[in-house]
Amino acid sequence: MDSVLRPLVREKSELQGVKIQEADAKSLLLAQGLPVPAWKVARTPGEVEAAAQTFFEAGAGRVVIKAQVLVGGRGKAGGVKLASSAREAADVGAQILGMDIKGITVRKVLVGAAADIVKEYYLGAIIDRASRRIVLMASAEGGVEIEEVARQNPGAIHRVSADPELGLLAFQARTLGLAIGLRDPLLSPFVAIAQGLYATMKANDADLVEVNPLAIVAETGADGAATQRLVCLDAKITLDDSGLSRHKGLESLRDLDEEDPTDAQARRLGINFIHLDGTIGCMVNGAGLAMTTMDLVKHFGGEPANFLDVGGGARHETVAGAMELILADPKVKAILVNIFGGITRGDEVAAGLIEARAQQARAVPMVVRIVGTNAAEAARLLTEAKFETAASLDEAAEKAVAMAQGAAR
Amino acid sequence: MSILVGSDTRLVVQGITGREGEFHTRASIAFGTNVVAGTRPGKGGQTAIDGTVPIFDTVADAVKQAGANTSVIYIPASGAPDAILEAVDAGIATIVCITEGIPALDMIAVVEAVRRAGARLIGPNCPGVTSPGRAKVGIIPASIHRPGRAGVVSRSGTLTYEAVQAMTDAGIGQSTCVGIGGDPIIGTTFLDVLKLFRDDPETDAIVMIGEIGGSAEEEAAAFAAEHLTGVPMAAFIAGRTAPPGRRMGHAGAIISGGSGTAAEKIAALEAAGVRVADSPTQLPRLLLEAGYRP
Repeated sequence: MDSVLRPLVREKSELQGVKIQEADAKSLLLAQGLPVPAWKVARTPGEVEAAAQTFFEAGAGRVVIKAQVLVGGRGKAGGVKLASSAREAADVGAQILGMDIKGITVRKVLVGAAADIVKEYYLGAIIDRASRRIVLMASAEGGVEIEEVARQNPGAIHRVSADPELGLLAFQARTLGLAIGLRDPLLSPFVAIAQGLYATMKANDADLVEVNPLAIVAETGADGAATQRLVCLDAKITLDDSGLSRHKGLESLRDLDEEDPTDAQARRLGINFIHLDGTIGCMVNGAGLAMTTMDLVKHFGGEPANFLDVGGGARHETVAGAMELILADPKVKAILVNIFGGITRGDEVAAGLIEARAQQARAVPMVVRIVGTNAAEAARLLTEAKFETAASLDEAAEKAVAMAQGAAR
Repeated sequence: MSILVGSDTRLVVQGITGREGEFHTRASIAFGTNVVAGTRPGKGGQTAIDGTVPIFDTVADAVKQAGANTSVIYIPASGAPDAILEAVDAGIATIVCITEGIPALDMIAVVEAVRRAGARLIGPNCPGVTSPGRAKVGIIPASIHRPGRAGVVSRSGTLTYEAVQAMTDAGIGQSTCVGIGGDPIIGTTFLDVLKLFRDDPETDAIVMIGEIGGSAEEEAAAFAAEHLTGVPMAAFIAGRTAPPGRRMGHAGAIISGGSGTAAEKIAALEAAGVRVADSPTQLPRLLLEAGYRP
């Protein structure tokens, strides 16, 4: 529960951001001309073996097999392994496929030639709320979790802000490269990569584009001479939900395998829904008020079953759909509806609730509090339909907790 | 006086013929707001709101012909950035954008254009600004207000209504209520509004409504400690029971210095002498405890 709720309520942008798999993120980097080593995606041990075989035939000494999951820490969980033969790759693939990483079943892996890493760096582009700019961050301490670097050694993270109109300028990228210790002949490629991250962000309406590690790898050139170059060995991209509609194809990168079916339903309805472990289903308009409603449910001794923000201006069909989502959870013993109408109109919500109750499969006690825009009409509708109502948020929370406890007895 | 909107507000409603635009314009007019114009490209010369508000094709026309100085935007996300920029270009001083769902990268460029023009943008994805007894620009319900001398600033929408209702019920009126919006990129920050309240001779107390995430409340606390000593203040932070867990979107957390939990925000505010409520209903009592006499 912690790991689900935390990001939801921490930052709204993160709540709405769409994470995509490494392989898809790499494709988006490649589309901007960034150096990304070849890879193949495999879903069975047989596919892993075949993919590994092609890399060995192309001269790879070893291959790397990486679980494709959207949660962090897959390396520590055993989701990233090396293999020295196609046969071994198949075995490793069999171990990783089906593995559970933080509650997610691994359904696919990425296979690629193992790189001969000389040094690892971190490079990331993100939207910074405070400066209202795209910020590029880099560190010579790459390949480890950047949160850890920020905690232990924040001075090791360098950053520059892109100009809102001119973008990330070459001298800015160069400054960043110099700060993390890069010199000729790797400085120019670094500038291109940093500008490529910025371009990837703009081209896809991304919130976050991260390459960790960005690595110097040793390679043997066509002439047999040893060379070094910078490559993007991993990629993480989060897309801005608000920008998805204007990018054909990006919606398909959403990984439905890793999504709770209720998430897809919530998205169709245009509401924010997160399933929790309690017994009191909540339907609220606005994220801040939804959090406050949960805070008060807990304050009165109850446990919320979900976070649900029906959004601004919810119509009756949205309300009915939201009610269905709440009731789909068999643990729900009581429902608390808290609507403070602004752009949302109380009578629309009341109509939706009445409609939902008429179709409702199981009877669950409900307390409704509707105030603000069109509250009087809502009150009339609710009274006619004999709904239990509450005047204040505190009263509503208290009643819902009592209902849930009564139902549990 | 009040901040941002007031008796001198001459409002143009961008998107006055839409469902939301029309509905909330009626409420604004009923509140006493001076709505001088609406825009709807192609319908210039017609009227809206039962013939009482002239429609113009452009914001520039609304400025020239109706003397508009403030705009409110009820236009879908795909057209809202353009609507903001049109208002900026027409010389509108205060632009309130209600629209939600504008891509963040669009807002980076828009906010920069607003800044360069010296205009002020509230929002997007915000409930707007109300100065009780004078003007209501946006969607904050009229019924919750009462004129007075306490300023309200909030990152939230409906949670603001909850707090303002509680204040009004307790007899504490408001000078101005400002919903700054919850999007990653917004035109006016918590801190900007606090500065305006500090300089407003008609605001004697301040209520702040925050949420977990980001660092706006910490910045506000630092400002309050230095510049708002002696001003009675109370705050509420939503999300205090949100259970702790792994930190996501880590690059964002790094930029905000790793802050952002309710506990951190509450500690920062209390250290700055701001009283923090457990429920929005407690805010009026805390303001009185802080020495405010409405």
